[in-house]
Amino acid sequence: MISKERKLWIYKTMNQIRHFEQKAQSLFEQNKLRGSVHLYAGEEAIAAAVCALLRDEDYITSTHRGHGHCIAKGATLDRAMAELMGKTTGYCKGRSGSMHIADFEKGNLGANAIVGGGIPIAVGAALAAKLRGSDQVAVSFFGDGASNEGTFHESLNLASVWKLPVILVCENNGFGISVPTWQSTSVEDISIRSTSYNIPGVTVDGNDVYAVYKAAEAAIKRAKEGKGPTLIECKTCRHMGHWTGDPQTYRTKKEVEEWKTGRDPIKMFRNKLLENGDFTVEDLDKIENDAVKEADDAAEYAINSPEPDPASVMEDVFYIKQEAAV
Amino acid sequence: MSKKTYATAIRDTIAEEMRRDNHVFIMGEDIETLGGVFGCTRDLYKEFGTARVRNTPISEAGIVGAGIGAACAGMRPIVELMYMDFTLVAADQILNQAAKTRYVFGGKPRIPLVIRGQQGIGRGNAATHSQSLETFFMHIPGLKVACPSTAADAAGLLRTAIRDDNPVMFFEHKALYALKSEVPDNPDYIIPFGKADIKRAGKDVTIVASLLYVSRALEAADELAKQGIETEVIDPRTLVPLDMETIVASVKKTGRFVVVHEAHRNAGWGAEVASQVTESAFRYLDAVPIRLGAKACPLPFNAVLESAVVPSVKDIIDAAKAVCYR
Repeated sequence: MISKERKLWIYKTMNQIRHFEQKAQSLFEQNKLRGSVHLYAGEEAIAAAVCALLRDEDYITSTHRGHGHCIAKGATLDRAMAELMGKTTGYCKGRSGSMHIADFEKGNLGANAIVGGGIPIAVGAALAAKLRGSDQVAVSFFGDGASNEGTFHESLNLASVWKLPVILVCENNGFGISVPTWQSTSVEDISIRSTSYNIPGVTVDGNDVYAVYKAAEAAIKRAKEGKGPTLIECKTCRHMGHWTGDPQTYRTKKEVEEWKTGRDPIKMFRNKLLENGDFTVEDLDKIENDAVKEADDAAEYAINSPEPDPASVMEDVFYIKQEAAV
Repeated sequence: MSKKTYATAIRDTIAEEMRRDNHVFIMGEDIETLGGVFGCTRDLYKEFGTARVRNTPISEAGIVGAGIGAACAGMRPIVELMYMDFTLVAADQILNQAAKTRYVFGGKPRIPLVIRGQQGIGRGNAATHSQSLETFFMHIPGLKVACPSTAADAAGLLRTAIRDDNPVMFFEHKALYALKSEVPDNPDYIIPFGKADIKRAGKDVTIVASLLYVSRALEAADELAKQGIETEVIDPRTLVPLDMETIVASVKKTGRFVVVHEAHRNAGWGAEVASQVTESAFRYLDAVPIRLGAKACPLPFNAVLESAVVPSVKDIIDAAKAVCYR
């Protein structure tokens, strides 16, 4: 059961992600934003439903397609947009752009532009929690492509052997850039790989908030009971190309349209919320309109924020201990 | 002071730091009951238990990544790699993750991580277990690089490494482990990074050397003294940060410069030091600087062949005489 308050939070978060990204894409198309922008649109149910169950002190690691995780773990749209534009007010002072946003204060140990790079880092955060005897958990989000990286397999094994409180959330959107999973991956359901590591694995509809939530809730419970990790595979579809400008020669327009119209996670969730009588159309429209406005304001904030000073470029390579004043 | 081996100095320093700070823990292959293949963690599990002295699977990327994650989450992990050659298996985690995390995330995270292990010639371990790879890690900004040549330096530098809030690559040498020297008993004995040590003072020629080659340079200096050449032998002790001030001051005094290391001569760190010496003390140089290092071929198994690849004491003597036109 998801509480009404939490449902509202999830719906709001999904809309924030969607409208944040629409704004980012439009800025990119106007050449106001550079670099690689990998849009999460279509996969919002996963980040929102999983992060609804996390506290600030719980950790996540994310991916190159990380806007959703970042916002769902508590990033504000203005500072996230400022980072996408490389501004000083961004989460990483303009060093990172879209692919490496982190906010340690909110437990976001960072998006990671190396496929599979964040998985062992989440395992390490879970190890820290276990060593401290805290009830923190760590979640690693990654894609289907990452499940073919060595770090995925090493991490599942390590987390299983050490019974670490980590939840591995595989967002299977069917493609690693252009390569379909049937061509790259030995199993149809990536969750089956959990059996090799003697941990539970479950495949859920990644566009269904309720299904993702239920799986994550069980995994977090298991983690907190000291029973170790769980692999959750969320089948989904990215609405956009791999990157902004991807010609998408590897899939048909019709295929994507079907997902967009029939299986859009926000529409699906909205219909459920209305069906169950949880909220009225007006309630939900207001949330959507607020998200549009918040994204617009974030863009304004980012555009009006200062560029970094070139003289600051060498700062922060190392942590330098501040000597106490004599 | 106590006379102890380089390996024992490392072991004792880890133990003292683990006693002092319960955030410090160590993980690696065969480090628990076996005490590490080279004995650097002998019996530590008896005092600290197997939660803080953790045997790991053979998963270098996984355990280095877990070290980064644990460091991000507030612990102070030491990761032992059985051979520093295995850093290459974990290269992404070291070079793309550990080195860059603080910078790309806007200078907020601290990554108090030590990655330590041994390298080099001397035991017939052949091409993939005898390399000297410290130059690699000097090249990528964000890592500190330490290379102790004596038991006392190993103790003082390792303590600094463990207390540092940045990732440190700590290169030990397998041929030094059994060497004994006096080590201060003070459990707070530290050697600051970036302070070269003048291992022998002399006025005629400056020789910069590290790790195993410090003792070889000192051996050469004894012979050179008999021939009337007074050699100054400088051990930089850390390559990042690098104490060029001490080296340049010496060259300004002697006017003659040789650098020798076991790493390959071609694009080895000696090239960087020689270049900086030339930039900073060109007018003081009475001869072209000479670089000595391993030949550009893999390290062979056979002892005669292995010795033929790396510089000999005679090579060092010849180089010193050459810059002195003798």
